[in-house]
Amino acid sequence: MKKTIAIIALIFISATSFAQNKNAKASLEVDGVCGMCKNRIEKACFKIKGVKSAIWDVKTHELQVIYNEEKTNLNEIHNSIAAVGHDTKEIKASDEAYDAVHACCKYRDDEVVDDHKDE
Amino acid sequence: MCFKTQYIAVCTCLYLFVQQILIVKLKLNISRSDEYKKMKNILYILFIFPLVIFSQEQISGKILEATESKKEAPLFGANVYWLGTSVGTTSDFDGNFTIPYDKSYTKLVVSYVGFKTDTIQVTSAKKLQITLEPKSELEEVTITSRKQTTAKSYLNATNTFTVSSDELLKAACCNLSESFETNPSIDVNFADAVTGTRQIKMLGLTSPYLLIATENIPSIRGASQAYGLSFIPGTWVESIQITKGAGSVVNGFESIAGQINAELVKPSTDDRLFVNLYGAINERLELNTHINTKVSEKWDTGIYLHGNTSSKKHDVNDDGFMDMPIYNQINVMNRWQYTNTENGFVSFINFKFLNDEKQTGQVNFDPIKDRGTTNAWGGEIDTKRYEVSTKLGYVNTEIPWQSVGVQAAFSSHEQDSYFGLNNYDITHNSLYTSVVYNSIISDSRNKFKTGISYTYDHYDELVNTTDYGRTESAIGAFFEYAFDNLNDVNITAGLRVDSHNLLGTFISPRVHARYTPWVKSALRASFGRGKRSANIFAENQSVFSTSRSINILNANGEIYGLDPEIAWNYGVSFLQGFDFFSRKADITFDYYRTDFQNQVVVDFENPQEVNFYNLEGDSYANSFQVEINYNVFENFDMRLAYKYYDVQTQYGSEKLEKPLVPKNRFFANASYETAISETNLSQWKFDATFNWLGKQRFSSTETNPLQYQLGEYSSSVGTVNVQITKVFSPKFEVYLGGENITNVQQYNPVLGADNPFGPYFDTTFVYGPIFGSNYYAGLRFRIN
Repeated sequence: MKKTIAIIALIFISATSFAQNKNAKASLEVDGVCGMCKNRIEKACFKIKGVKSAIWDVKTHELQVIYNEEKTNLNEIHNSIAAVGHDTKEIKASDEAYDAVHACCKYRDDEVVDDHKDE
Repeated sequence: MCFKTQYIAVCTCLYLFVQQILIVKLKLNISRSDEYKKMKNILYILFIFPLVIFSQEQISGKILEATESKKEAPLFGANVYWLGTSVGTTSDFDGNFTIPYDKSYTKLVVSYVGFKTDTIQVTSAKKLQITLEPKSELEEVTITSRKQTTAKSYLNATNTFTVSSDELLKAACCNLSESFETNPSIDVNFADAVTGTRQIKMLGLTSPYLLIATENIPSIRGASQAYGLSFIPGTWVESIQITKGAGSVVNGFESIAGQINAELVKPSTDDRLFVNLYGAINERLELNTHINTKVSEKWDTGIYLHGNTSSKKHDVNDDGFMDMPIYNQINVMNRWQYTNTENGFVSFINFKFLNDEKQTGQVNFDPIKDRGTTNAWGGEIDTKRYEVSTKLGYVNTEIPWQSVGVQAAFSSHEQDSYFGLNNYDITHNSLYTSVVYNSIISDSRNKFKTGISYTYDHYDELVNTTDYGRTESAIGAFFEYAFDNLNDVNITAGLRVDSHNLLGTFISPRVHARYTPWVKSALRASFGRGKRSANIFAENQSVFSTSRSINILNANGEIYGLDPEIAWNYGVSFLQGFDFFSRKADITFDYYRTDFQNQVVVDFENPQEVNFYNLEGDSYANSFQVEINYNVFENFDMRLAYKYYDVQTQYGSEKLEKPLVPKNRFFANASYETAISETNLSQWKFDATFNWLGKQRFSSTETNPLQYQLGEYSSSVGTVNVQITKVFSPKFEVYLGGENITNVQQYNPVLGADNPFGPYFDTTFVYGPIFGSNYYAGLRFRIN
């Protein structure tokens, strides 16, 4: 009897721990400098099915995402952002992708960063 | 000695070994969580400290950045070096660093791109914690341009602008009907020559065609239509949102030309104590007091008192009639605000009470002796209004886009009045309830609002001896979808279905769209449908102050025998921001058209009659406006606007310009503020407004005897208002102002003033100021 309870309990516990969050929240650091970057970063997130909300802060570089874990994961989000040319803490954008971003968004260039400082 | 060195070395090795194991273990157990970070920090501190003590040649610390939310976040990659040496390092992912230390090093420099460089005096090998301030924030203080007092959005789908309390203070007086003086989109004029009532117009249409709400609850409607704007004291208003065009479907089906929403001051953010005293040379006195307190952690409450009085009879133009009524008003509001940030509940409960008494008419009119007689012409308007409203909102703290709002409002409005020999009594009990649910479809670029609403209005209305009592009720459901591509397009499309006991079941579609073709621009378009029952007497109370006979023609409909009013509104608007001589400027072009399918025509074309009938033929209002805002130099703003109206209606067999609507209007406003003094925060503010109205058509007086005839058009009028405010400190300010300082007057506002009980008496031909110039002074005192 005890065993059965234990097993049921175990199943429950594992079931809960595997149940995936439809509104998982995450905060990641994404490099960028301006409002155009913001558009590009947020749009890159929305390209992925399952991302419900994406808000990137120009000043803090913090991207807050809410996504459905059943449909996507953080890795995909990182990849999608890197693919449009923005470095995340985990994945650095390829040089081709970085080259494609608008001249005013060259966040790896200190001069460009300086230009945006007052915004 | 040798033994001791060996001992230290062994210890250190062991120590580092254990540390690594512990860290690896922790990493496995609590990977990436905050706890891990905390533990790791503690471990670092624990482990590094003894090392420092042993070796005496390392110094460690942590570099943090001050973020907006006042939290401190570790700063990765900051440069740390000893001033005047080549000894340096950078901080790690958690902001930690370790740098060799020698007693000869005294100044540690910490720098990071985008942050203010910090130099720290180091006297001993203590652990350091250094917080860097972002550079931009410091520079912003000097760069930031002054906030515009009237803000237009470059991003919203609707053509909405927000008027802040700063803008409202530019015309210090006194209630909502007077707060549009500095706003070219809204026209303010007198409804008649006796009651002093100000009427507002937008897109060439009077206020009944606007949805006027307080905190999104429709409030100035039905019986309060004529005087309701003067029942909201100016100091209670925190901001006003003005939407041109159809507006949202969420607040009802009645809006045709636009929506005006007044947000009231909130107990949690308003001053703890606020006192405003106003006095004018015409002996108008006003007093406003706000008292706000925090009752508990989650509850705030405020009591707002307003009183105004004017007891001196003025007759500047010597026609025997008072230029403005004598009156008393007491207006009290109590608000309760509940905020719970943990579970996301917010709530407001409001109680309001108003008592307003006005006396109008001839100077020698004595209400006790002369009421109901032809001794002297006069009238009284007594209004009592009770209001209770409540709102409950829930925002899902886990999923920020999901929220539910419930609102309910009950009001009882009782007006007892007479104008000469005409009696008019109306009691309007109104209930409004709605539930709104906000969420998204798939992601936050696709938002929607949906919900239901129920309204109940009961009118007891007595016009002389005829009872027009009726009950109206409507239940409606709405859905509004908003799309935003996060870039250059957004669209708001709404639809509501209402079932109304007198208007039937009908749909109201409303669509707004915004497109940004290039930088700092917004091209907007909108269309929508509105439907309403016209409260013909409440909205046209000036007809009682005439000798006209009141007729309702072909009375076969449901509301006063008339049909509901139905109109479509279409509009386009273009906003462009630009720099002119390197100062900020913007220009807006608006074109709106309202097309009536049915309208209750108010026909004054026969000077002995006023006729109400259903529209047969065309009725439309075209409105074109261009507005320029320009920051000429530091702290000096200019606003210029030109407006063209073409408002025409079929009156019987003739299509005519709507009476008393100027075709052309020109507006200019200039405001200058001195820089705020750094020592005592004092400041001067100067504001001037010029308003010019072109000629306005008078309804026909052709059939009157010559002495009671007016021309076809009025003359044009231009008025200037000025105000000076001296801010002594954030607590205390004094203002002084002049209205109509060039003393422009309409000399014959009352037609047939010599014989008010004769057939030609009429007070509705008002196109300009009656009183002439007026000067006022006031003070504001506040404790935050």
